[in-house]
Amino acid sequence: MSAENTTVTDVVCPFCGSLCDDLEVEVEGNKIVKVKKACKLGKSKIMGHQRIETPMIREDGEFKEVTYDEAIDKAAQILADSKRTLSYGWASTSCEAIEKGIHLSEVVGGVIDSTASVCHGPTVLAVQGVGSPGCTLGEVKNRADLVIFWGSNPVHAHPRHQARYSYNAKGFFSDGKEDRTLMVFDVRKTKTADKADEFVQVEPGSDYKIFSAMRTILSGNEDVVPDEVGGVSKEKLIEIIEMMKKAKFGVIFGGLGITQSRCRYKNLENVISFVDEMNEHAKFTLIAMRGHYNIGGFGQVCAWETGYPFAVDFSRGYAWYNPGEATAVDVLNRKECDVVLAVAADPVSNFPRASVEYMREVPVIQVDPYPNPTTEFADVVIPAAVAGVEAEGTAYRMDSISIRMRKIIDTKFLSDEEIFEKILNKVIERKEGA
Amino acid sequence: MGKINAKLISGRTLDQGATLENKMSTEFVEATAICEMNQKNLDALGVSEGDNVEVKTDFGTAVVKAKVNEGNPDHIVFVPMGPYANAVTGPECGGVGMPIYKGINADVLPTDNPVLDVKKLFGVI
Repeated sequence: MSAENTTVTDVVCPFCGSLCDDLEVEVEGNKIVKVKKACKLGKSKIMGHQRIETPMIREDGEFKEVTYDEAIDKAAQILADSKRTLSYGWASTSCEAIEKGIHLSEVVGGVIDSTASVCHGPTVLAVQGVGSPGCTLGEVKNRADLVIFWGSNPVHAHPRHQARYSYNAKGFFSDGKEDRTLMVFDVRKTKTADKADEFVQVEPGSDYKIFSAMRTILSGNEDVVPDEVGGVSKEKLIEIIEMMKKAKFGVIFGGLGITQSRCRYKNLENVISFVDEMNEHAKFTLIAMRGHYNIGGFGQVCAWETGYPFAVDFSRGYAWYNPGEATAVDVLNRKECDVVLAVAADPVSNFPRASVEYMREVPVIQVDPYPNPTTEFADVVIPAAVAGVEAEGTAYRMDSISIRMRKIIDTKFLSDEEIFEKILNKVIERKEGA
Repeated sequence: MGKINAKLISGRTLDQGATLENKMSTEFVEATAICEMNQKNLDALGVSEGDNVEVKTDFGTAVVKAKVNEGNPDHIVFVPMGPYANAVTGPECGGVGMPIYKGINADVLPTDNPVLDVKKLFGVI
């Protein structure tokens, strides 16, 4: 790139599942100096943080700086010798890199799982069970007159979601919040709830029974509903159902409040069934508020490559799908893997502490732009370019729309796609030579 | 000085999200080593905002700083997602790969113990 100041437009934000595609980034020489239109999360990521500056291999407990080739050779050797690698993460990188990672897991006969298993995996399971009454964010923007956030707090987790796609967005048939009703269901009054026309405070872990009560009321059997369900009065539930029935186009944005709490995927099966039944009265849809920007992309790529969206085990020589068995936390809990490959994710921070302890006992290979607690457990560390900032690639928005991410600046780091192309080739060489 | 029994919720915050790829920084510790509760619960503990509290569950303990959030009902406390919340989260996954990150039974009590930085938290130094 030239040393002149340039403004790169239509930049796609590689942070959350909103995948905002209207950012403007000012570049001086090869340095990003300003990010416009982004939220605090996106701006922070694109402006940059502390990086892993060089590939490293741990020797006698201390990291030794090495070349990319040496680190890749070492990683390939560990992976080729592994009987059961757990490959985990893949939410904050491109679909092109993910495709290489899935191929690598197949070659080494390991398990591959994404951050979905501790995020919206339960939503994916429920979709497989009872279907996906979804729509695009564009349809929400243009048509939704009732926007419901259930167990999600976009003011903190998806800060531009409401302005670009949902409550505040102006669409063809909506002038924004004047034409929409905002409902929030949560266990506490969040910043999103502060703006709601209707805030319903539910007791923790009671979403399943509230969905059941709403379905019962909707089917005309309110006489069997108790006076209070999960901290919500029957009277309020009836009022809410009447409001929902009057909507022309309603959308529920489901969050981790219903995937990470009691009943897990059963919550989602119940709310999806509710949405299905609501369609007798109004157009009604559900979209998962995906957290990492390309966690949807992992599900897409893994599904078209293996037939399954996450938790895939190749140890039988073919793709075997079994959440609860091939999900990352379970594999660690059972102390089953002999190598952990952590890619664009930080399992040491994000898993329960007891599950993480086993990672001290096996070789850990980390591929990531940033140092984090997983680095402290790693034996081989391979720094990567930041996808969407230093490398282009494809990502899937929370509504399964694919968007091509741009490269904004040049970098000395290899992209995840390049790193896994090299590791894959080395592993194949070793396997064929063995 | 008291103790409260609470349901612990974890989740994203703006400050946690803005530092989640900068986890070895003090900003990340400041963003995630906190426990939000309403003023009434803070008073029940006999602590002020910024004082250290211990969050204790069947699975572990974590020392974090108390923070006021009047959006929290009584006996519902919130720790941003990350290593401090996960120090007290259980490994059981319900047969589907998902730990219970929200709605954990927890005791919260005052403490003079310090908030550990990320390296000390994992005992790597």
